[in-house]
Amino acid sequence: MPDAGTKLQVSTPSDREVSMTRVFDAPRRLVFEAWTKPELLKRWLYGPADWRLADCKIDLRPGGALRFEWRHQDGNHMGFSGVYREITPPDRLVFTEVWDEDWTGGETLVTITFAEHAGKTTMTQTVLYSSRAARDAALKTGMEHGAAQSFDRLAEFLAGKNQ
Amino acid sequence: MLETFKALAEPHRFQIVEFLRDGPRSVNDVVHRLRLAQPQVSKHLRVLGDAGLVNVRVDAQRRIYTLQPAPLKQLDVWLERYRQIWERNFQHLDSLLDELKTKNKKRTRAKRARR
Repeated sequence: MPDAGTKLQVSTPSDREVSMTRVFDAPRRLVFEAWTKPELLKRWLYGPADWRLADCKIDLRPGGALRFEWRHQDGNHMGFSGVYREITPPDRLVFTEVWDEDWTGGETLVTITFAEHAGKTTMTQTVLYSSRAARDAALKTGMEHGAAQSFDRLAEFLAGKNQ
Repeated sequence: MLETFKALAEPHRFQIVEFLRDGPRSVNDVVHRLRLAQPQVSKHLRVLGDAGLVNVRVDAQRRIYTLQPAPLKQLDVWLERYRQIWERNFQHLDSLLDELKTKNKKRTRAKRARR
């Protein structure tokens, strides 16, 4: 179980971003690997409850493509395609994402940094929306449905959006 | 919730909300703290009021502003759902990392043994 020091922190550093910070009890080289090898990603990046990462393709070089696709038990799927912008093992990973069902109002940019201290890794993951309007649109999709259920779905897809 | 995001997105309004966390303040207090012109501060306070983030009460000549927690709580609930999904995933990652660390140690020991 994670103690208070490893607890996940979520914040909105600007109106275009959502940021998360989490500490892992492992050297950053391993955390970086877990983020960049499909066979490892499939073992933890399940997405929301009852989903699994069914397809994961990674061409790990700047300009290389990535494709992630999750499947639900009921057969539904959701996914995104993107391009690696920056790969600096084991420091930093930057890639773009475009979701199949464009939940996010266009491309988003994901930056993940890995800082190591005393054998532990602090990971910070920031999602930048293409514009304030794009982020608002992504949020509004849920607002218009009004119901709490839509909020759940929105949260799920926004969570998926980072992946 | 969009209103809350929009209202907080402006840096001065964000500072006002931070300032009001310590307790109710008059417009003059805010003007003093932010070093902005009074009409500008009043405008920001109006936007915060429209978003339900502050509440105003008139005390003699002074307008006193108080922070209203409801929209912030809503924001927190939204972020909490987002957090929960990720936390579940990261707990899987914790287990995977433990496994990778163990494998690594074994490999290192095997290398040393060969030398």
